[in-house]
Amino acid sequence: MTTTTPEEENGVKRRDFLYIAAGGLGAVGTAAAIWPFISQMNPSADVLALSTTEADLSGIEVGSELTVVWQGKPIFVRHRTEQDIASAEDVDLATLPDPQPDSERVIKPEWLVMIGICTHLGCVPLKGQGDYGGWFCPCHGSHYDTSGRIRKGPAPANLVIPPYEFLDDNNIKIG
Amino acid sequence: MSFEPKNPAIKWVEDRLPLPGMLHHALYEYPTPKNLSYWWTFGSLAGFMLVVQIVTGIVLAMHYTPHVDHAFNSVEHIMRDVNYGWLIRYMHANGASMFFIVVYLHIFRGLYYGSYKAPRELLWWLGLVIFLLMMATAFMGYVLPWGQMSFWGATVITNLFSAIPLVGDSIVTWLWGGFAVDNPTLNRFFSLHYLLPFVIAGVVILHIWSLHTSGSNNPTGVEIKDKQDSIPFHPYYTVKDLFGLAIFLIFFSAFLFYAPNYLGHPDNYIPANPLVTPAHIVPEWYFLPFYAILRAVPDKLGGVLLMFGAILVLFALPWLDKSRIRSARFRPIYKQLFWIFVADCILLTYIGGKPAEGAYLIWGRIATVYYFVHLLILLPLVGLFEKPKPLPASISEDVLSKKKPAKEEAANA
Ligand code: HEM
Ligand code: FES
Repeated sequence: MTTTTPEEENGVKRRDFLYIAAGGLGAVGTAAAIWPFISQMNPSADVLALSTTEADLSGIEVGSELTVVWQGKPIFVRHRTEQDIASAEDVDLATLPDPQPDSERVIKPEWLVMIGICTHLGCVPLKGQGDYGGWFCPCHGSHYDTSGRIRKGPAPANLVIPPYEFLDDNNIKIG
Repeated sequence: MSFEPKNPAIKWVEDRLPLPGMLHHALYEYPTPKNLSYWWTFGSLAGFMLVVQIVTGIVLAMHYTPHVDHAFNSVEHIMRDVNYGWLIRYMHANGASMFFIVVYLHIFRGLYYGSYKAPRELLWWLGLVIFLLMMATAFMGYVLPWGQMSFWGATVITNLFSAIPLVGDSIVTWLWGGFAVDNPTLNRFFSLHYLLPFVIAGVVILHIWSLHTSGSNNPTGVEIKDKQDSIPFHPYYTVKDLFGLAIFLIFFSAFLFYAPNYLGHPDNYIPANPLVTPAHIVPEWYFLPFYAILRAVPDKLGGVLLMFGAILVLFALPWLDKSRIRSARFRPIYKQLFWIFVADCILLTYIGGKPAEGAYLIWGRIATVYYFVHLLILLPLVGLFEKPKPLPASISEDVLSKKKPAKEEAANA
């Protein structure tokens, strides 16, 4: 048999170049073809369009709470009492699992707005229960205080504060 | 049999489940005739298209809603909102056409080279079963977007069964799950459209199992006689099939990116309306020859029977063709009849897309009659009377006799 692919210096053959060029192009092409199949599972345009929710605060009495839906998640809007605020502010931060002053968690102290999803594994905590007068998650026993901070139980972090702003005294826009 | 894996993990599996050995045999050492042309690439392209349809279909099912009130809008949602939804839907819609193109070429390859003859009758039958399943799948898939063509296609095709005497109407009601094509029909079609491709995949495995039992036919139609005649599947045919795939993907992409609606019908972008039938209703192009046969007969039951008969008669092909020579290369008369038959099928496709009136009707009838005359009369007769050309003694001899002129040219250059 005749050799049609002469060996060049240091053992590199023209075939080697062809193999790598063809294989490389094939790999890039395959990756490009696979990407749309992964991307399609991300939120679609209509889901992304629903990214803000407005809430009217005027009907929420002191000491009560409204749950609104933002991006499919429950948002707790709590009208806190003087006592709630006082107990939230009067805490030794060093004793908290996830230290954060109450002032960083609110825009106006009487309004606490947070995502009502337990930072442990995603259940919705119950209001007015638990050892700290805030929320209690029944799934695996996490206790949150009147600022929504984790105090006891398996959850690693405080309830998350969503981005929101006051449109006027009685209306907020979440998202 | 002779598979000795070096990798200990593969050997461990092989000793307990000889799957690696089966794959090795099928995709690596499978002794393949050394003279296969690109006509033998369409089988692996069909397998590729089946995978494309299943993968894109599963993605579409993630975003589609099988309900008469939401189906059309959910398809528009896929086209406008879902990331790359337009691409994946166009892949699936055009993919169905590509699948049929490839399978039709695959079938005509079999007709030309006599691949249906002993010992490959069962292989041929399994292929036809796949073809029937593909048609059922494609028909039900076309109903899912719930446009005007979906709805009226579903109505017309399910009504074919009403031609059956006595029980016809009960069967149609049973197919519909109601007294018209409606939500229950859409739901069951979606369920079955999801199921059937996996049934096809199962039959493809049997098809390939049978292929590997008899071995591939080849352009000479002469079986492999000794080692000289064959080469291992890998790397020779893996590379040849991959190259064929690359060319095919260019063709596929041309439709996908430049004419994604060319093969479809614009009326299917009008939401289904059970009260108004579109003026001109035609099936997808791959059903047109059979549609032409249906309409050629001025009798309801007769038309339906003849249409199904046009496919069923292909099952009898191994016995209708009396010639013992496989390849048309050595059958001077059959070779010409083959091309006339191809032209006849193209004519039927053309007629199927035209209104059933005037000259179209007449030509439709002529083409229909010829379809059956070819298969039922000409094929058996030619086999008895034709004088074949001398066959090469072996594949090798045939290949070498062709190589000679090329070598002389090289020597002269
Ligand atoms: C999903 C559809 C199909 C797939 C995936 C498929 C797959 C294959 C593959 C991979 C081969 C071997 C490569 C080749 O010879 O091209 C093959 C061979 C064959 N197929 Fe199919 N096939 C399909 C449909 C059909 C249909 C509809 C028929 C005919 C009615 C058919 C008839 C045959 C025959 C007769 C052979 C043996 C050909 C030979 O060795 O000459 N196939 N098929
Ligand atoms: S999910 Fe709330 S404690 Fe586990």
